[in-house]
Amino acid sequence: MMKLLRHHLFWPLMALVVLLVVNSVANENFARLTFRNGHVYGALVDIIRQSAPLMLVALGMTLVIATRGIDLSVGAIMAVSGAVAMTILHDSDHPAAMSTVLVAIVVALAVSLVLGVWNGLLVSVLGIQPIVATLVLMLAGRGVALLITGGRITTVVSAPYKFVASGYISFVPFAFLIGLVAIVVVGLLERRTALGVLTEAVGINPEASRLAGVRSRGIVWGAYTASGLLAGIAGVIYASNTMAADSNSAGYLIELYAILAVVLGGTSLMGGKFSIAGTVIGVFIVQTLDSTILFLGVPSAKSPVFFAGVVILVVLVQSPRVHRWFGSMVRAIRGGRLAPTKGAKEVAA
Amino acid sequence: MTNPADNDVPPIVQMSGITIRFPGVLALDNVDFSLRSGEVHSLMGENGAGKSTLIKALTGVYQIDSGTIVVAGKAEDFRTTADAQRAGISTVYQEVNLCANLSVGENVMLGHEAHGRFGINWNHAHEEAARHLASLGLHLDTRSMLGSHSIAIQQLIAISRAMVLDSRVLILDEPTSSLDRGEVEQLFGVIRSLRDSGVAILFVSHFLEQVYEISDRITVLRNGQLVGEHVVDELPRDKLVTEMIGHELDDLKSLSSASSRTIDRSGAPVLRAKGVGRRGVLEPGDLDVFDGEIVGLAGLLGSGRTELVRLLYGADKTDSGTIEVKGKPARVTTPLHAIEYGIAFSSEDRRAEGIVADLTVAENIVLGIQARRGWLRKISAAEEAAVVSEYMEALGVRPANPNMLAGNLSGGNQQKVLLARWLATAPELLILDEPTRGIDVGAKADIQRKVAQLSEAGLSVIFISSELEEVLRLAQRVVVMRDRKNIGELDASGLDVEGLINYIAHSGEGSVAR
Repeated sequence: MMKLLRHHLFWPLMALVVLLVVNSVANENFARLTFRNGHVYGALVDIIRQSAPLMLVALGMTLVIATRGIDLSVGAIMAVSGAVAMTILHDSDHPAAMSTVLVAIVVALAVSLVLGVWNGLLVSVLGIQPIVATLVLMLAGRGVALLITGGRITTVVSAPYKFVASGYISFVPFAFLIGLVAIVVVGLLERRTALGVLTEAVGINPEASRLAGVRSRGIVWGAYTASGLLAGIAGVIYASNTMAADSNSAGYLIELYAILAVVLGGTSLMGGKFSIAGTVIGVFIVQTLDSTILFLGVPSAKSPVFFAGVVILVVLVQSPRVHRWFGSMVRAIRGGRLAPTKGAKEVAA
Repeated sequence: MTNPADNDVPPIVQMSGITIRFPGVLALDNVDFSLRSGEVHSLMGENGAGKSTLIKALTGVYQIDSGTIVVAGKAEDFRTTADAQRAGISTVYQEVNLCANLSVGENVMLGHEAHGRFGINWNHAHEEAARHLASLGLHLDTRSMLGSHSIAIQQLIAISRAMVLDSRVLILDEPTSSLDRGEVEQLFGVIRSLRDSGVAILFVSHFLEQVYEISDRITVLRNGQLVGEHVVDELPRDKLVTEMIGHELDDLKSLSSASSRTIDRSGAPVLRAKGVGRRGVLEPGDLDVFDGEIVGLAGLLGSGRTELVRLLYGADKTDSGTIEVKGKPARVTTPLHAIEYGIAFSSEDRRAEGIVADLTVAENIVLGIQARRGWLRKISAAEEAAVVSEYMEALGVRPANPNMLAGNLSGGNQQKVLLARWLATAPELLILDEPTRGIDVGAKADIQRKVAQLSEAGLSVIFISSELEEVLRLAQRVVVMRDRKNIGELDASGLDVEGLINYIAHSGEGSVAR
């Protein structure tokens, strides 16, 4: 039991379960799944489908945060990526042709990759503080996106492109599949190769890692590049959802939600140890919370305050300091009945 | 002139029975220290001796657990640095603690600006700043930015700021470590004139020459305890060095001596450094290390021994000299280059530059191998387990739990983990910088035994230690460093600690045998 309580995913998972239960109790429609035309509908499916962009961005953010960095430019990269894809489709004579759609997506992703490389260059080669380095693109990126679309909200009709966000394979939302593939690829890349442990080493102690011969520059650079690419994919999905390149609202504030998801998943902003599974749970917490606001009927004017309140609660529940404080309170109430001290537990473990 | 070291002058600072505890460490153990007006008093000791802890107790950074501090006849209980400043104690640190983006005048007068009818009268404030600076022989434009001046000038500005605060006690913590010879002279001139005006000066420096040049009195600390207080003329250098370093416990002496082994120096050396140096860090010098040889680097802290090996390893960049590995020119500009040439380096700063605290013992041990292989070729679980258990056993890492976080191990066991990391990469030259600092006697003996064993099997080692007995026990050849340069090389057989101390203290004065 104690071992379960101390698992690093216990509290994030607990928070998610509590949120889901609250939603189900508040509104019986929440947990209901309906089958129509071979598709599954329901609030849970919506959460999974809509979580894809945040999932992709948060995965990249996890890698960047693990290196002691932060990437504020992901929202702007989403906007650029969407703008590139939609502009290519818009200017094409056959926007509905599969080949056109593939070209649009590949070019959009290539541009995002270059933006990620740019961030990585600023941080790892030029040694600019991550928050400043990525702020540059955060501020400039949306301007670039507006330049690409000529300041308009470009809209397109293209069935294959619309499939990216709205399509289903069998009964599974295609966007969710993209997210799932990203989770698996990042997970395998980090844990089946030595990338994960080397990233953690660089994040925990950069100087010791350098002296141990770790190519920390390449690892940090790679993390920002991956973050840029993943944000690019998120941008393609976002644009497909609306079938419009809206440079101002694509990925708006997503960098902050992504950071939130990473932290809720138990990865420290101080860098080092990271958890892909934790981030996945964190994304679902944030996404469920979004639906909760809807399902509990919180008026839109109050929803940011409600959101913030729940986030504070979840963060507090996970805080080790609160655990200790709570533990000593419980012991005091029990009247000093024998509770194993911290030291004793560690010896036993 | 009065004798500044006269015992009749009542001390302005009297610290008695000072004890400071940190978790698990007794940083200061019942230390007495006194400072008199009009003297320059040097505080000496190796790293971890308690010098900076004592200074921090006097400046209100740390609170003392027991003991008393009396300043100018008044018992003080410093809670903050502001308390200490009010009592007339000012500190100038190694890193200048002024504001680089304010003007010189603003820095000098900060908090004491001259006020006129309409707020601060800046003209007046700058005039006053200029007057204070001039009294130290500094004639500067007080409206120039502090950051535009050299570190030496900034340090003098920091001192004149201390004088604005009307300080009776001035603490100079390693003020000369980034100054050149001329700048040191200028600083010493200022120190002497302050001393003659009755200021008590506490001076800390790793440079023996400078300590002897400027001090009236010397207090030596070792392992948090007071070793002695001496008038400078009554403390010959070799005695000072002996007091700082101390003598080791006897059970280490039972280790078999590796130093009498003969080394075949006919072939190409494993490492040959010619004229390797870096301006302001290390004067160019040569070093050869042969197959199976242990070369000891001896010298006090700050003598350049760490700087030399960091340059050889590519941890810092050289600006002169060449390196050859096994007779072939080698380009070593990053640690990874060095590793590829079979050179391994274990830093003196275990926590900051060695152990990755939040990774497990096993992950720490294989980090060197993994870094060399690159991220794509991950060491397999079976291979990792084999390497980890082999080296944990060979070195006796306790507790023998590879899944424990390395940060939770004791210092000695962390050192063994680092040794394991490097041995696992199968190096040809192992550079160990203070591998035995701050670890218990058992672990010290383990590590020395292992190093002796490995060198017999053909590994070449550069061994740095402040404990000269260790150096003499292991090394066949000792290279002596002082004041950032290589001052000579000695054959270790037949050399004893006294002889080595003598050499460290006196060589180059033409009186080695004194």
